Amino acid sequence: MNILRKKSAAHLPFSETAIELFIRLCGISSILFVFGIFFFVFREGAGFLFGGLDLGQFLTSVEWQPTSLNNKRYGAFALIVGTFSVTLLAMCIAVPFGLGAAIFVSEFCSPKLRETFKIIIELLAAIPSVVWGFIGLTLMNQLIISVFNAPIGLTMLNGSIMLALMSVPIIVSIAEDALKAVPDSYREAAEALGATRWQVVYRVLLPAAKNGLLAAVLLGAARSIGETMAVLMATGHSVNIPSGPLSWIRTLTATIAAELGEVARGDEHYQVLFIIGILLFTITFVVNLIADLVIKGIRQES
Amino acid sequence: MVSAVRNRTYRRRIDGIMNYSIETENLNLWYGDFQALIDVSVRIRDGQITSLIGPSGCGKSTLLRCFNRVNERYGNVTTKGKIEILGKNIYDTDVSLPELRKAVGMVFQRPNPLPISVYENILFGLRIHSPIRSMTRTESDQIVEEALTSVFLWEDLKDKLKVRATSLQLEQQQKLCIARLLPLKPKIILMDEPCSALDAKGTLAVEELMEALAGTYTFLIVTHNMAQARRVSTECIYMFLGELIEHRETQALFETPQHPKTADYVQMRYG
Repeated sequence: MNILRKKSAAHLPFSETAIELFIRLCGISSILFVFGIFFFVFREGAGFLFGGLDLGQFLTSVEWQPTSLNNKRYGAFALIVGTFSVTLLAMCIAVPFGLGAAIFVSEFCSPKLRETFKIIIELLAAIPSVVWGFIGLTLMNQLIISVFNAPIGLTMLNGSIMLALMSVPIIVSIAEDALKAVPDSYREAAEALGATRWQVVYRVLLPAAKNGLLAAVLLGAARSIGETMAVLMATGHSVNIPSGPLSWIRTLTATIAAELGEVARGDEHYQVLFIIGILLFTITFVVNLIADLVIKGIRQES
Repeated sequence: MVSAVRNRTYRRRIDGIMNYSIETENLNLWYGDFQALIDVSVRIRDGQITSLIGPSGCGKSTLLRCFNRVNERYGNVTTKGKIEILGKNIYDTDVSLPELRKAVGMVFQRPNPLPISVYENILFGLRIHSPIRSMTRTESDQIVEEALTSVFLWEDLKDKLKVRATSLQLEQQQKLCIARLLPLKPKIILMDEPCSALDAKGTLAVEELMEALAGTYTFLIVTHNMAQARRVSTECIYMFLGELIEHRETQALFETPQHPKTADYVQMRYG
């Protein structure tokens, strides 16, 4: 019976205890960081959020005049609309391309080509956002001016195209995983009934993988909402309710990035920027939560 | 068992001559470098149940999967020789794969209903082979009822038509997989060990179903279960290491096998 008796902690080698402790710390730290960031952002903005800021004005007014001397206004509505409109347009571009690419990679291309594609798509994800902003500022700007005969190319459309290019890799890789997770027996069953490859895709795979595909789209959208540098450089950065794709806009993220360096620490303007941070945090948290729940939905079904 | 002494009156003779649904001539097949079928020449009779038996890896499933060309899903398959189905060489360039698979249905080892409702599973075949909205609701209701009645599932499932097919019992799933072939009016139904995932009761139910449908359809069934081959088939093919060893009436093959390899297998000295 001796050999089965539990060893006391003293018998465990020190290295084992140390490694276990270290791994445990790593695990806990990620939770601590998330809460830490939320706490910090909240603390910086909380004073003004609960004492002084007119929340109704913040959410509905289009007047963003934080630096005005005698008429300070903190209306973030145009920024909220800017963020959502540029994201929506970006998704209109990225979703068809991303899902199309995922379907192609997972169902139609040869295994060899698939590997090449995946490497290139991952490369697309690795391009820094400031480089995308740079492309928007120069190349896409010129392109939009000449194609649409617009006075200036730094518009919502420009930012959307950049955001679309940035979220396509995320959409492709998650959507491809979702399609790969559909059991092959479904494809075989449909093909044995005489379905063509395209019929297999839209009659079997898309319905079967719809949760995963939705999660892919949501995570792509979350990426777009949170993106800062590219939209700052490509959208014109002007507080404006857009009237069309060729209007210029300003987003929540770009506002923080552009103005935080200019404000005095602790004053109202500074705190409002942190309140925008809280708003962004909440938006992306909700989107990610929905995506997570949707992904969980798939696991339970299969 | 009742079905062991079943009547075989459904054998269809036209002018005294048997017709063949499937004929192969010197069929050879390779997976990459591995030759899985060697010079298989076989003729499968119309409207009957023919069983394919043999030890694992002998090529019986491979042979079956040639007849609706579902083998081609795996990229590295090379096929040589001739396969005629209903008098048409299926490797001719003018053969339409969807049409071939419409005429030659297949039931798989594991029941594989699609993750949609029972109702839509039955109609899946028709939907992919006909233009959108070509069926009225009453027509499709009737088609579903007929198909489920033919496989003795209507009573069990008539109130569960909207249920996801993958949530049914395995036996019901497998019957559903047979039922969904029927609206396409296939001529041949290939079955790849259709009962291996089922219990004894489910096996018996599927066998009874095959007997009821034989005559209308030509059945070719791969089975590991020799008792099943004896119970259900009129003719039996024994395969060994990619070659067709013997093809005779089932009773004769089991009782007086001509080839020593067949004798070894059916008398359980091997396999």
